Amino acid sequence: MKTKNICLLILSLVLISAILIPTLAVSAQQPTPSDDEVNAIARQLYCPVCENTPLDVCPTTACHQWRELIRQMLAEGKSEAEIKQYFVDYYGARVLSEPPTSGINWLVYVVPPLAFLAGVYLLLRAFQTWKRAAKNTAPGTELSGLPVPGLVTGAPPSIEAARPALDDKYVERLEEELKKRK
Amino acid sequence: MSQESNTAPAPKRGVPLWAQIIVWVGLLGLLGLLAGGLVKAKNPILTVGSSVPDFTLPLFTGYEYNNGLEVKLSDLSGKVVVVNFWASWCQPCASEAADVEAAWNSYQESGKVVFLGVDYVDTEPEAREYMSRFKLSYPNGPDMGTRISQIFNRNLGVPETYVIDQQGILRYTQIGPFQSVAEIQAIIDPILAGR
Amino acid sequence: MLAQFGFGVFVLTFLLALFSVGAAVAGYFGNSDRWVEAARRAMLLTFPLITLGTLTLVYLLVTGHYELQYVYAVTSNDMPFYLKVTALWGGQAGSLVLWSWLMSAFASAITLRKWERDRELLPWVIVVTSVTLAFFLALSILYENPFARWWQTALGDFVPRMFAPAGALAVTPSDGQGLNPLLRHPGMILHPPMLYLGFVAFVIPFAFAIAALVTGRSDDRWIRLTRRWTLVAWLFLSLGLVLGMRWAYDVLGWGGYWAWDPVEIAALMPWLTGTAFLHSVMIQEKRGMFKQWNMLLIILTYSLVIFGTFLTRSGVLSSVHAFAESAIGPMFFAFIGITFVISVALLIYRWKDLRAEVEMTSFFSREALFLLNNLLFMGVLIVCFWGVIFPLISELVTGQKVTVGPPFYLRANAPLFGALMALMGIAPLSAWGKSTYKTLGRALWKPSIPAAIVPIVLVILGVRNWIALVGFTLVALVIFVTLFEFWRGARSRQKKQNENFLVAFWRLAGHNRRRYGGYLIHLSMVVMAIGILGMELYQTTTQKTLAVGEDIQISGYTLRFDSLAQFPYTDGRIVTRAVMSVFKDGKFLGELYPRYDYYPDGQPMTIAGVRSTLADDLYVVLVNWENVSSAEAPFKVYHNPLVNWLWIGSVMFIFGFLVAAWPDREEEKRAGTI
Repeated sequence: MKTKNICLLILSLVLISAILIPTLAVSAQQPTPSDDEVNAIARQLYCPVCENTPLDVCPTTACHQWRELIRQMLAEGKSEAEIKQYFVDYYGARVLSEPPTSGINWLVYVVPPLAFLAGVYLLLRAFQTWKRAAKNTAPGTELSGLPVPGLVTGAPPSIEAARPALDDKYVERLEEELKKRK
Repeated sequence: MSQESNTAPAPKRGVPLWAQIIVWVGLLGLLGLLAGGLVKAKNPILTVGSSVPDFTLPLFTGYEYNNGLEVKLSDLSGKVVVVNFWASWCQPCASEAADVEAAWNSYQESGKVVFLGVDYVDTEPEAREYMSRFKLSYPNGPDMGTRISQIFNRNLGVPETYVIDQQGILRYTQIGPFQSVAEIQAIIDPILAGR
Repeated sequence: MLAQFGFGVFVLTFLLALFSVGAAVAGYFGNSDRWVEAARRAMLLTFPLITLGTLTLVYLLVTGHYELQYVYAVTSNDMPFYLKVTALWGGQAGSLVLWSWLMSAFASAITLRKWERDRELLPWVIVVTSVTLAFFLALSILYENPFARWWQTALGDFVPRMFAPAGALAVTPSDGQGLNPLLRHPGMILHPPMLYLGFVAFVIPFAFAIAALVTGRSDDRWIRLTRRWTLVAWLFLSLGLVLGMRWAYDVLGWGGYWAWDPVEIAALMPWLTGTAFLHSVMIQEKRGMFKQWNMLLIILTYSLVIFGTFLTRSGVLSSVHAFAESAIGPMFFAFIGITFVISVALLIYRWKDLRAEVEMTSFFSREALFLLNNLLFMGVLIVCFWGVIFPLISELVTGQKVTVGPPFYLRANAPLFGALMALMGIAPLSAWGKSTYKTLGRALWKPSIPAAIVPIVLVILGVRNWIALVGFTLVALVIFVTLFEFWRGARSRQKKQNENFLVAFWRLAGHNRRRYGGYLIHLSMVVMAIGILGMELYQTTTQKTLAVGEDIQISGYTLRFDSLAQFPYTDGRIVTRAVMSVFKDGKFLGELYPRYDYYPDGQPMTIAGVRSTLADDLYVVLVNWENVSSAEAPFKVYHNPLVNWLWIGSVMFIFGFLVAAWPDREEEKRAGTI
């Protein structure tokens, strides 16, 4: 198997370097990777035996074995990407927390934004037709009858003068809205 | 509403045809999808009597079949194929492993029966330990990407065993472990005899 | 004997529900009040009947009639009384009974009201509720019969059947299997019924919407009539979700409250459309707009309720929550198909009658912002729906399963939730009808100033995560805007009415309860957001195997493993419990007792030791899936910053809801709501 060969290659490289440069080997050959290092990768994987449960909290024996395998591979010096790829090769894309962007899987990433943009487009178009309808119908008279607070189309009055007026209108609006609900 | 705008009401339009088409296609598509999912969920297992789709089992190092490092189901036509799913973490599997090996030994000479051990969602070191513990001598390999188990059973649980006849037709499905060698032989012998 | 009685009652109720459908249809088309009245009475009669049947089942559960398959599956001799009662919804068959019972109760409640003004809607409300009731009863009678008993066939197999198969002998086990241990938890006792209450209550506004569509009443009567139902449905759905989160946090032992599991999402989806609906009906009430959209939303909500129930109960999806394989799939599918198609067809048919009375004129008006809110909720819905449905598509098309997990949902939903928070900050300041960016800006700048200080302070404190900065700034904005709104309202009332500020505040809120209750709910949502931001951005975890006396560090805390003991508990479970001392800066803070319980059937239940403060939770799990001994044990420790605010927000939510929805006698008399 390919992965096995790579794994052997890396292992032998590590061994050779251990012989040649003993000082470096101390850091490269850490005793056993800690639980935290294992969990950091396990958290991103899903075991087919317990679907939808991340590997780092899955209690089954199968998952325990997976975690030990991750530990072993870390000890062999493999990177996170290599380990994840190994699991994908061995157990299929379902072990990843998200589908890989290949085949029809790219649909998973494309459809929601497209649908959302379509929604935005429809909304904008609706706004435009509404605006047009409003303009065509009543130029200049649009405000009458609406209890609109603080709608000052002209130059803004000085703040001191505006505030009480604003507040009064605000109360009016509150009362108005309250009345209308009933 | 106090403030009806003083406009002539906009011309009343129904739903445009294109929108109706999209809605109905979407709805029917969704229903079709659910129906498909339902059929799969209702019949997760390959039914006895149907022909088994082809698959290739890569073998663990140390195993070979006809000097090859993988076994293809279509190459085995004319033989009875026993596909046994197992895993090292599965206790019932361990209870039947010796019996499966013994059954294999009883047919090995004739050359008319092939046993395939498929290792389901397992890790290699433990799987190796398991295979050497039970001295499994028939070809064993990992279920890469759970592709083989998906063919037989959507909700596979180990151990499960599927017996395929000489024509590639599924003849028997065993969910759970076998209890004895005789039990396995009683299933294979009639198929071997062409009954 | 009792089982046969209960079954008979269910069959009778089912027939009655069918009769009520037929009578209502006949009454509507024949223009006959007598038939409609007959339908109404039949509907009313289902409630006492179904109550009788349900009580029979509860009695059988409590008295341990293990000859019944359902009783055998969910109860056992060692279970306490209250759990035997709650076992009613501990399995598929029983929870369907609960569904039917709630449906009948709600339907009876609405048929009891005075109908003079809305007589024409009555037959169709009865049709919708009765069809739904009949459907769920049919599931109970045909597929998931809680009264089926055990038989041993001539071949020696044990089968559950209502009636004796030929040559079979009745079997009576002496004890049952008992409830799934994960369900033996107070949170789990309330979580399912709350969700069901929410689900079923949404059927009522849907029934009125369909009645309005069929009869062609295009006004907003149906919305006014069902306003309180919608609110109550929404409350229970929200509570059901929050209780589920709390339960997951307490019992599942994975340090979180939400896993984006398909079943969780199935319950979240109707909540999303329901929330959007609650907002957009206000526009229809005030401005006569979005009639089509509101119809669509309530139809979607109902459909998602049914769809979610289908997904979780038919075995289409696999999930921790999913019920075991069941035969109800095909019938459920047929029901879904029929209701979706009829609802959509009706909506399209009536589409042009539902056009707005007023058109929208400003991008900055309250209604425009509400529409934006709806768009964002729909965005979240699309993400959730697609994430749930995609594995199914992938499996059907390529034959390979895929997982769509938390990273997908988080990445897609986080900006949408952020935008929703921003809207919560802006929308309360906008006015109905005409509002320009000027007026909006004038209202917004004052509360924006204190909100703008928040990110500055955070940066000074060392926060560099830009998501956190944006998130907490938005939280602050919503809080200040809401407080400002309260202050502004009370202040102007104080001036106008010459009242004391507090009195003004009290009266203002009292007279505008729906509005200010809504603001309180907004506040509660951002308080919950504080907890969610803390968890999502700053949760840390570490795991280590400790010998007695050793310790483990996390985020400034030190936890020392003191001892571990294993002992049996009265109900048969074996408890393994560790004692840990918690220190911070060398100071002893207290002890934690992480433990796990093994039930006789081998099911483990992990109960974390939690030290909870307003700033953070320390959450320790005794990792039962690794080797545990009294000398050495593996621990997984989570540091969950701010998570308590999630639960505080939930309590505030209930308070805000009560303010918003508490019945108002006068108003009710006038509006004739139900």
